[in-house]
Amino acid sequence: MEPMLSVRNLVKRFGGLTAVNHVSLDVYPGEAVGLVGDNAAGKSTLIKCISGVYQADEGGIFFRGERAHFARPIDARRAGIETIYQDLALAGNLGISANIFMGREAKKKYLGGMVHTLDETFMNEASRKVLDTLDIHFANFGEKIEKLSGGQRQAVAIARAVYWQAKLMIMDEPTNNLGVVEQHKVLDLIGRLREEQVPVILISHTLPDVFAVTKRIVVMHRGRKVAEKQTSETNSREIVRYMVGELDDSRES
Amino acid sequence: MGDGTAARQKQLILVFSRVWAWVFLAGLIAFFATSVNIQSRGGVNFLTIRNSQNILMAIVPVLLMGLGQTFVVIAAGIDLSVGWVMGLSSVVSAMVIVALTDRGIYEPLAIVIGSLAGVVAAIIPGLINGIIIATLRIPSFIVTLGMSFIARGVAFLLSGGNVVGGQPQGVRDLGNEALLYLISGPHGGLYFLRPPAVTGEALRQLDRILQWPVVITFVLLLIMLFVLHKTQFGRHVYAIGGNREAALRAGIPVDRHIIVLYALSAATAGIAGVLSTARFSGGSSIAGDPLLLSSIAAVIIGGVSMFGGEGSVSGTLIGALIIAVMTTGLVMLNVQPFWQYIVVGVVVILAVLIDQARDLIIGRMEAG
Repeated sequence: MEPMLSVRNLVKRFGGLTAVNHVSLDVYPGEAVGLVGDNAAGKSTLIKCISGVYQADEGGIFFRGERAHFARPIDARRAGIETIYQDLALAGNLGISANIFMGREAKKKYLGGMVHTLDETFMNEASRKVLDTLDIHFANFGEKIEKLSGGQRQAVAIARAVYWQAKLMIMDEPTNNLGVVEQHKVLDLIGRLREEQVPVILISHTLPDVFAVTKRIVVMHRGRKVAEKQTSETNSREIVRYMVGELDDSRES
Repeated sequence: MGDGTAARQKQLILVFSRVWAWVFLAGLIAFFATSVNIQSRGGVNFLTIRNSQNILMAIVPVLLMGLGQTFVVIAAGIDLSVGWVMGLSSVVSAMVIVALTDRGIYEPLAIVIGSLAGVVAAIIPGLINGIIIATLRIPSFIVTLGMSFIARGVAFLLSGGNVVGGQPQGVRDLGNEALLYLISGPHGGLYFLRPPAVTGEALRQLDRILQWPVVITFVLLLIMLFVLHKTQFGRHVYAIGGNREAALRAGIPVDRHIIVLYALSAATAGIAGVLSTARFSGGSSIAGDPLLLSSIAAVIIGGVSMFGGEGSVSGTLIGALIIAVMTTGLVMLNVQPFWQYIVVGVVVILAVLIDQARDLIIGRMEAG
């Protein structure tokens, strides 16, 4: 099977610091990959290169078999890579459907296309529909984002990615700041994405979450990939030893 | 207390916080209608056509600057330059009109070109504001404060510090004539577009209804209402004000949008400048400065959050009306004019307090 995403020998430097050091990574359709590592291990920099926030200094990114050059985040999104950042990138002053459609609003045309207005009816219905397919239900659909709970916001961010038919979903600490029930809901959502053949890269400090939903786990330490394990063939003690630098597969090879 | 009662209370508070400005405005009008009448022993009326038209004319520059400001502030910026930009536009439009008519150019054409020149002269500093704020990330407060001084200097240099007079009759007409004319009394009537040829006592009975500056301002108000609340452009203004980083990641051309907003703000100030030239038959560099803070006050009273992301065009209209009604009413009550400032100041602070109290009360209700 062709990988959906293939990262080849990627290097990203900031001045004298090599934040990502010759990292390669493949993600296949329908699998969830955990990306773990201590703070400053280079996880965030790596995914920012994939999602177009940063541009790699060396190496390449191949998405759906083609070499990808993402100058800006919107380029990656148009290609089908949706990233859900820790801060969720939602506008708190706007409603659910306005956020799902932010930057890509549905419009109605008048006077032969000279005047465009927002098509609120369409955006509301489409938003409800995508939330339904994800089995997310809001009692307060019309509310602004700032009135929603952390889990509800996370759900909106995920629904946005799903609506725009993400071919690859990157999630940065999606269960942070959530209650236990809401954490479970988010993990369920990752499972549902997998069923829809949407691969997920999950970045998390919460190892039990990573073990619960991923098929493979990639560990980074000081900018390098130090391990890549099948989730079923490892355990959290081993992963932690990689994370702190006690074990390092890249050195042996 | 049951959940139903709490929800109803919350609804009530939300509704009140949304409509208080309208209620306040209605209350003000009722108050002045009765108090002016009582104080003058029935001699003076607040609720007259003439007075309503005076109030509308008074809000024209404040509302125009406030409309552009509404967009800028919703996008989490502020434009302090519009006062002197309005003056610059007034001076430039007056100078161009005089220069063209002196060269024998057809008067209406000269007025159109002069008006456009005034608006363009305003848009240039607006564009520079926007480019510096968007690309160099210098706070809008600082950039537009600086631009305010620059516009002031340029306006004074161009006009030599004098009023640019010598305007043709058409300029005066643009600033003062009206859509409708009404003569009250037994021989009266309603006239469309053209004032009736009357003299003497009848002339004193003549009311101009919807003078051109008012008509132009309200057409612009409707357009901006539509743009802000019904279009993608308007939605992006809110998105940028709510979360600039999110807007950027969503692919909204944030920098370009911000530049357009400051150009728009300057353009509405420019139109205010042209209409000031028309109303007073002369270009004045100081026409806008005293109105800048009133326009910002109108925006705040209208419920636009200074932190960005919140506000509406109709709110700013109400804000401008509240200020104008209070000012006019106090004058008619023979209150010393200096009191106007104090009253406006109190209302500005009160408006923000009401918004904060709403958030606090609702927050407490939701917390339990």
